Amino acid sequence: MSFVKLTASTLAIAAVSATAAIARDQVQVAGSSTVLPYASIVAEAFGENFDFPTPVVESGGSSAGLKRFCEGVGETTIDIANASRKIKDKEIKACAEAGVTDIIEVKIGYDGIVFASDINGNSFAFTPNDWFLALSDQILVDGKLVANPNKTWADVNPSFPAQPIQAFIPGTKHGTREVFEDKVILAGCEETGAFDVIKASNGDDKKAAEKACISLRTDGVSVDIDGDYTETLARIESNKDGIGVFGLAFYENNTDKLQVATMSGILPSTESIATGEYPVSRPLYFYIKKAHIGVIPGLKEYAEFFVSDEIAGPDGPLAQYGLVSDPELAKTQTLVADEAVLGSNM
Amino acid sequence: MTDASIPKASTLLRPDARTKKRNASEARFRFYGMVAIGIGLTMLLVLMFTILTKGVGAFQQTFITLQVELLENKLDKTGARDLELIKKVSTFGYAPLIAGGFNKVVADTGIQTTLKPKDQSGILSKSAPAQLRDYVLNDPDQIGKTIEFEFLANSRVDGYLKGRVTRESIANDKNISVEQLDFVDQLKQAGVLKKRFNMDFILGADASDQRPEAAGMGVAMAGSFFMMLVVLALALPIGVAASIYLEEFAAKNWITDIIEVNISNLAAVPSIVFGILGLAVFINYMHLPQSAPLVGGLVLTLMTLPTIIISTRASLKAVPPSIRDAALGLGASKMQSVFHHVLPLAAPGILTGTIIGLAQALGETAPLLLIGMIGFIASNAPGGISEGLLSPNSAMPAQIYEWAKRADPAFYERAWGGIIILLVFLVTMNTIAVILRRRFERRW
Repeated sequence: MSFVKLTASTLAIAAVSATAAIARDQVQVAGSSTVLPYASIVAEAFGENFDFPTPVVESGGSSAGLKRFCEGVGETTIDIANASRKIKDKEIKACAEAGVTDIIEVKIGYDGIVFASDINGNSFAFTPNDWFLALSDQILVDGKLVANPNKTWADVNPSFPAQPIQAFIPGTKHGTREVFEDKVILAGCEETGAFDVIKASNGDDKKAAEKACISLRTDGVSVDIDGDYTETLARIESNKDGIGVFGLAFYENNTDKLQVATMSGILPSTESIATGEYPVSRPLYFYIKKAHIGVIPGLKEYAEFFVSDEIAGPDGPLAQYGLVSDPELAKTQTLVADEAVLGSNM
Repeated sequence: MTDASIPKASTLLRPDARTKKRNASEARFRFYGMVAIGIGLTMLLVLMFTILTKGVGAFQQTFITLQVELLENKLDKTGARDLELIKKVSTFGYAPLIAGGFNKVVADTGIQTTLKPKDQSGILSKSAPAQLRDYVLNDPDQIGKTIEFEFLANSRVDGYLKGRVTRESIANDKNISVEQLDFVDQLKQAGVLKKRFNMDFILGADASDQRPEAAGMGVAMAGSFFMMLVVLALALPIGVAASIYLEEFAAKNWITDIIEVNISNLAAVPSIVFGILGLAVFINYMHLPQSAPLVGGLVLTLMTLPTIIISTRASLKAVPPSIRDAALGLGASKMQSVFHHVLPLAAPGILTGTIIGLAQALGETAPLLLIGMIGFIASNAPGGISEGLLSPNSAMPAQIYEWAKRADPAFYERAWGGIIILLVFLVTMNTIAVILRRRFERRW
C-alpha cells in the first residue's frame, strides 16, 4: 500500500503545483498543417541555437488554430497561430471579445499548389480552363449552360489523352481548397465565358455567379480528400488515372512516385512561384499575441528568428524544403521588430 | 444378397446412415474451425511480416565518419573561450567546418570527385552542425583540435543504402543528385560511410520534417511512460476501491444495479468521446496545460477505469464465500475479512486486469488527438517527474500517427519502426499479465 500512497501523494503534489508552477517556459504554437513542417524546422533550429527550449508546434488546421488563439490571453493559451490563409474579420472580432486585441501578423512566404499524377502515367500541361471544364458542375456548350458531360481528359481538351477524369482535391476544411477554387476553377470559369453567362442569368449578381462557378460536379469524378497529402498520394497509387492536388514541398519529397503537371505552360518550382509566373500559390502566415511578448520567454526571439534571412531567405532551410521566399521579407522583419499590430498602419 | 431384406443394425463397427450424417457434420465443423484458425493465423503472419519488413530498416541508419578541425578563427575569434561569445556562432557558422571535414576525407582517401564542397556536405543530415555545436559548447577547450565525429547521413542517402532510393527514382529530385550518389559509393568503399544500428531511434527526440534520419521515439516513449504512471496511480486505487465496495459492502438494490449497468456501458464508449471530455473539462475548464502527459493520463484513466472495475469485480466474485465465512466465523470484521483474505486471493486477477487495461491505454491514439499531443511536440526530453507530467509531450501511438502523415517517405519507414517498438511494449505487458495469472491464480 505504501507504493500507492507514495505515488498518490506525488501526483497530488504535482496536480497542485500544476496550477501554481505552470509558468510556461516554451513557446506554444498551433494551427495549419501546411505551415507545420516549416514551423517545426524553425522550432528545431531555434531550440538548437538559443538557450530557450524548443517551441511546441501542434497541428490541427488554420481554423482550429485561430480559434484556440482567440480563446484569451494567459499562459494556458497558445502564443502563436499558424495559418495558411489571412485571419478573417470574424476571427479578429472573436479575438477582441476574448481580450486578444493586439495581434501581430507575420507573412512567412508563399506555398505553391501543384497538380501531380502517377509517375508512369500520361503527362499533362493544364490551364485553369481545363480544370474548370473537367470538374465544374455546369459548363458552357455552344453558348448554353449544361451539366458537365466530360468523361475523359480528351473531352476536355483534344490534345490530352483519353484518360478518364479522376481528381483528388483537398476537402473543404483545407485552406488549399479555397486557393484551388479561386485561382483555378474560378479563373477557368471566367476565361471560358461561363462566368458572364451565369452572371447574366442571375441578374448581375457577382457573388452568386462566383459561387455557381466553383460548385463542383458530384458524380464521383472529383473526390474530396479530408486527410493529408499522404492520403491523396495513396489514392493515386491505387488509381493510376488519378490526378491530385499537392503542396509543392510534398511533391518535392515524392518525386519518385509523382510527376507534376505544368499550369499555363509553367513548371511549378520555388523560382517560378517567387516570380509569380506560376499562378497557383498562396501566402502563409503566423499570428502572434502581443500581450505574450515579454511574458513567455523566447517568443519574440522565435518570431524574429523565423523571418530572419538565414531561415526564411531564398537560401535558407525553409526555401530548401519548398517554401517560396517572400521578396518583401525585409518589410516583415521590421514589422516583427517593431511589434506592429494588425490594423495599426494598414 | 443375404441380408438385403433385413434393415442394417447400427453397430459400433458399421455406422448407419444417420450416424454417418452426424459424423460428417462434425467433421465439417472441425474443418470450418481449422479454416477459421488458419485464416486468423495467416492474417497475423501477413501483418507481422509487413510490419517487420517495413519497420526493421528504421533501426539502422547510415553514418559518416569525419575528422573535423574545430577552427578557432571560426568559433572563437577572440580566443578567450568565453562561452557566451562562442554561443553567438549559430549552427550556420559550423557548416564550413564540415566542408573542411569532407575536404580532408577526399584528400586522405584519394577519392576523385567533381562535386562542389557544398554538395559534398549535402549528403549529411541537417542535424550535423547542431551536433558539432553541442559538442563545442559542452567542451570549449576542444576548439582548435581535430576531432573524429560520426554524423548521420541524410534520409535520401540512407534510403539509397537501404534500397528505397535508386538512381532512377531521384531523376526529378532536387535534394540529391546522381553525382552525390556516386560520391556516396566511393565513401562507402573507403569505409567512411557505414550503416549500423541506431540507438537514437529508440531513445532520441522527434525531429523536424527536414531531417527524418534524426527522429527518434525516446521522448514520446517518456510521454507514454508518464501517462501510464498517472493511469496506474489513479485508476488502480479508484477502480479497486469502487469494486470492493460494490462487491462486498454495497446493498444489492436498484441503485447498485444502475451503477453496474453504467460501468459496463462505459467500457464500450468509444475513446474519442473521452478525448472530447478531457478537452472540455481538464483543459478548457480546469485550465490544465495543453499537450501535457498529466492531462493525457487523466483522460486515459477515465477510459481504463471500467476495464479495471469489471476485472476486479470478476476476480473478487471468484473467491469462494467459504473463505469470507471462515474469516467472519473466527471473529474477523467484514473489513478484515476483505483486506486480509479476499483481496490477497483476488490480487492476481486484479493485476492481470490492470495490466491489460494499461496496455489498452498505451496503444490509444484517438483521445490524444484532441488534447494537443499531435504535431512537433516530442522535442525536449523531460528533466524530472513534474516536468514529465506537465511539459508538452507526445505519446508513442500519437508519434507514429504524426510520422505517417509527413511528406518524406523516410518518416513512413520510421512509423513502421515505431509500431515495432509499441508492439514490443504491448506484447511484454500482455505476457507479464499471462505469467502472473498462471503463477498466482488459485482455483477452488
